[in-house]
Amino acid sequence: MSFNLLPIAPEIFLLTMACIILLVDAYLSDESRDLSYQLVQGTLLGTTSLLWLTFPTQKTFILSSLVVIDPMGALLKLFIVATVFVVFVYSRNYLKARNFFKGEYFVLGLLATLGMMTMVSAHNLLIIYLGLELLSLSLYAMVAMHRDSSQATEAAMKYFILGAIASGMLLYGMSILYGVTGSLDLSVIAQKTAQLDGNKTFFAFGLVFLMVGLAFKFGAVPFHMWVPDVYQGAPTSVTMFISTAPKLAAFAMLMRLLIEGLPAMQAEWQQMLVILSVLSMAVGNIIAIVQSNIKRMLAYSTISHVGFLLLGVLTATQTGYAAAMFYTIVYALMGLGGFGMIVLLSRAGFEAENVVDFKGLNERSPWYAFIMLILMLSMAGVPPMLGFWAKLSVLMEAVHTGYLWLALVGVILSVIGAYYYLRIIWMMYFEKPLDNEPIVTTPDMQVALSANGLIILGLGMFPQALMMACVGSIG
Amino acid sequence: MKTIYLTIVLAPLIGAIIAGLFDVSRRVAHTVTIAGVGISFFLSLYVFKYIVIDGGAIFNETLYTWLVAGNIRFEVGFLVDQLTATMLLVVTFVSWMVHFYTIGYMHDDKGYQRFFSYISLFTFSMLMLVMSNNYMQLFFGWEAVGLVSYLLIGFWFTRPTAIYANLKAFLVNRVGDFGFLLGIAAVLMYFNSLNYAEVFAQAEQHKNTLIQIIPGQDWSLMTVICILLFIGAMGKSAQFPLHVWLPDSMEGPTPISALIHAATMVTAGIFMVARMSPLFELSPTALAFVITIGAITALFMGLLGLVQNDIKRVVAYSTLSQLGYMVVALGASAYGVAIFHLMTHAFFKALLFLAAGSVIIAMHHEQDIRKMGGLSKYMPITYWTSLIGSLALIGFPGFAGFFSKDLIIEAAHHAHEAGHLGNAGTFAYYAVLSGVFITALYSFRMFFLVFHGKERMDHHTQHHLHETPAVVTVPLIMLAIPSIFAGMIAIEPMIYKDYFGHAISFEHSPFAHKHFVSLFEFMWHGVKQLPFFLAMAGLITAILLYWELSFIPPFFRQIPAILAKKLSIIHQIMLNKYGFDRFNDWFFAGGSRNVGSFLSSAGDATLIDGVFVNGSAKLVAWFAGTVRHVQTGLLYHYAFAMILGLAFFLGTFVLYGSKLI
Repeated sequence: MSFNLLPIAPEIFLLTMACIILLVDAYLSDESRDLSYQLVQGTLLGTTSLLWLTFPTQKTFILSSLVVIDPMGALLKLFIVATVFVVFVYSRNYLKARNFFKGEYFVLGLLATLGMMTMVSAHNLLIIYLGLELLSLSLYAMVAMHRDSSQATEAAMKYFILGAIASGMLLYGMSILYGVTGSLDLSVIAQKTAQLDGNKTFFAFGLVFLMVGLAFKFGAVPFHMWVPDVYQGAPTSVTMFISTAPKLAAFAMLMRLLIEGLPAMQAEWQQMLVILSVLSMAVGNIIAIVQSNIKRMLAYSTISHVGFLLLGVLTATQTGYAAAMFYTIVYALMGLGGFGMIVLLSRAGFEAENVVDFKGLNERSPWYAFIMLILMLSMAGVPPMLGFWAKLSVLMEAVHTGYLWLALVGVILSVIGAYYYLRIIWMMYFEKPLDNEPIVTTPDMQVALSANGLIILGLGMFPQALMMACVGSIG
Repeated sequence: MKTIYLTIVLAPLIGAIIAGLFDVSRRVAHTVTIAGVGISFFLSLYVFKYIVIDGGAIFNETLYTWLVAGNIRFEVGFLVDQLTATMLLVVTFVSWMVHFYTIGYMHDDKGYQRFFSYISLFTFSMLMLVMSNNYMQLFFGWEAVGLVSYLLIGFWFTRPTAIYANLKAFLVNRVGDFGFLLGIAAVLMYFNSLNYAEVFAQAEQHKNTLIQIIPGQDWSLMTVICILLFIGAMGKSAQFPLHVWLPDSMEGPTPISALIHAATMVTAGIFMVARMSPLFELSPTALAFVITIGAITALFMGLLGLVQNDIKRVVAYSTLSQLGYMVVALGASAYGVAIFHLMTHAFFKALLFLAAGSVIIAMHHEQDIRKMGGLSKYMPITYWTSLIGSLALIGFPGFAGFFSKDLIIEAAHHAHEAGHLGNAGTFAYYAVLSGVFITALYSFRMFFLVFHGKERMDHHTQHHLHETPAVVTVPLIMLAIPSIFAGMIAIEPMIYKDYFGHAISFEHSPFAHKHFVSLFEFMWHGVKQLPFFLAMAGLITAILLYWELSFIPPFFRQIPAILAKKLSIIHQIMLNKYGFDRFNDWFFAGGSRNVGSFLSSAGDATLIDGVFVNGSAKLVAWFAGTVRHVQTGLLYHYAFAMILGLAFFLGTFVLYGSKLI
């Protein structure tokens, strides 16, 4: 058996650097903390280049089939690392303004990234769980880092307890699968389920528990209750983290567990996903309308987007998976921009977390109002923004596979959803600003946020490349 | 040849673009547009010689395919045959003359360049219309001339009356265009093509096709198509009851009245019906409809000319009446005669309008003929050319109008005799016959009031009276020439010979099997007929009533006033133009405003906005407001929700398997 570590060089590098930074940071004064930040960003850039260098062309199993290396995983990892990089760019000023600019934050972020990458590449129930827990524990800590804020502590507590319940259920589901098949390896499980004809009860039982764990991670209804509270309570930079990169990892986990591990149970999980998808789209879009806190609003918006991406997965076709993956990546890009805008408008002692804080943004800064316009239109799914193509591709696949009624439900609900995105645009352009404080930013933030918006517009006009990348990595 | 045809169309367009879109001087504006139309005119002359005189090849080609939808092709293509060549010549010549005339007429106007741009654009549109070989392009030209007409009627857009008039013209034409468009749609539906040649080739097969628009009612397809197309012509050619816009269109500058509202655009309907003659020939019902409408227009609009006092409006009602004559000719299957009258009328009516414009310039934009008089000695050129125009209009033997009008009456007589149109033919015959008397009367009423008799203008105007400059008088003279000779030259080839080839339907024409002996014979025959005596009677009546000659007892001059008083009801009806305007304002304009405000308040505001839009929004908001309370913020509620979800999934999938959905 070969012992080739090269394909997981990015993960090894990331782990090593995380440890080194943890040590280095301990010896730094608060004034020179920027060094940690730079090291962290350097690490992410290094990981990105390693990922790029080791980009696989086909599916290979390594380390006794514990880990799978394939184009889909590599592409998702690239986007995860890039997303985390941007999150950190957006976070820096925000954290500094709140005396919160600590090495731990970034190291936890790096470890969470490592967890996500592990989830993406796992081909074994235990490795999946390992990655998931590494991610979740890091996130709990990040939410709780603002110790003095009762809101943040409450959010962390809820997140932790509910997360623990979900983890427990996931683990229980895994143990049932192990009990029935006698293996933790996804390929073996797939084989065993396929051979078993007739009584699928045990598998169905295990699948339900797995699905609860997955749905919790995604924040799909009815396992979404934590989402709005955590999004609102956590510091905005952490919310941004939670709402973007982990969705990419969760998508990978979904693909590994359901498509690679339980293809024989397709009929069952398709229907579970239908329920999750419809409920998520409905609850997300409808309840977002009455939110006055923009972080909560974006939380419900996330829930609705999750509904859409599940719509792509439940078609159980290659195109559907590609569409769902495209949707997830696009969602991550839009989420970054959306929370980035909140960070931009916040400053020391002020959180721009209410919808009304966006009033009159056009008067204060036409450029950022324009970026926000792009983001909101994209989330609403208006052409020529990227979000339109994401919605279009999943809806088209749903129609092609005969889920016409689901597609109709999706379209109607996204029309309802357009209301709260358009409301923000209305406030930005047609209302007087509530406060006239100048917007303070740093050049890196300005460049990153502008690029974020323009990429959504630009890729929206030429969506072919990204779409082909998704199709290519799935097929 | 293709290049020549393209140049004919594009030269005016380029002129219009340069004059209109670039900030050019007045000099450049009129130079480029006159050059553009001039090029078109000379090339049209060449084309006329090539096709009509030398019998050159008829051009029918598609130049550009705009789009293909299913098996329907939308194309730009030219059909240049004898009919087109004739129209090209008339349009470019009159347009060119009007361009020159405009230099003088619009001399002091601020919108000089704009005006030139518009009239060149008009020429382009009209050429596109007459040269098209398919219905799509025909419709394009049709709408484009309508647009320019709208722009030009409202040229002086600060005048409320002008805006009222152009809106009216536009809306009335919409009514006609609606029919026209439906007609084209019917053609497309049953013939599956928009190309003239392809449609005409199939027309015979559909002669007896019946369709049901209202269930249980069988209608002939050809009748439906032809009447719908003719409704379009009624709008554009101002036929009763869609004539109401034409008198008001006189709000536009006079050169426009001459070019668009007398000589060319309004004749588009005549041209179109002649072009569609293979279709109209298949439906006697449609022809009866056509001839009736034409006859009503010819007679009743002429009557209104008797009571008008605005010099341009008199000519405008005369135009309406003459268009009616052309339509009568169409209805009598004498398409060649209609085109013949179209041509002669274009010359003499443009002449009359331009002469009226010349008078208006001299009178410092006074248009009321009651305030004129005795202008002949101040404006000899205008006087003589007006006389020629008027004589041509009333059909004085030898002048252009004599031949064409005589033929129309003969065609109507033939329709009356033949009886294939039923009573419509008889009605048309008597209508056009009495129209002759009326035409002579109102034409010379105006002529005498303007040029003879006492000078009724104020001193200041009288002091400044003088002949208009050469740019005005030269076009008058140029138009006077064909007003005299066009009839004599064209009558034999155009009417009695196979002039139009296959361009228009000829075999059913009343003149198809007759022979032309000689010009003199024709005239000699003409002066022995009733129409001539009627025209002379009209002329003599006008002399008695309006020419203040010393040997005519002054009593005669009282007659119009006495008649107006005695017959005050009729007089009032005529002054109110039979009440069409008032009826339209009340019924159509007021009615549609009421329907609109009802739909706006009940349909849009209450039902759509209130129930559907706001109602559904309120429902969603209420639902969201209710459901959000599920999100209590309490941890154990959240955990409970998760457990419930788990229990639901377990219950569904473990107990029932995958048979749920």
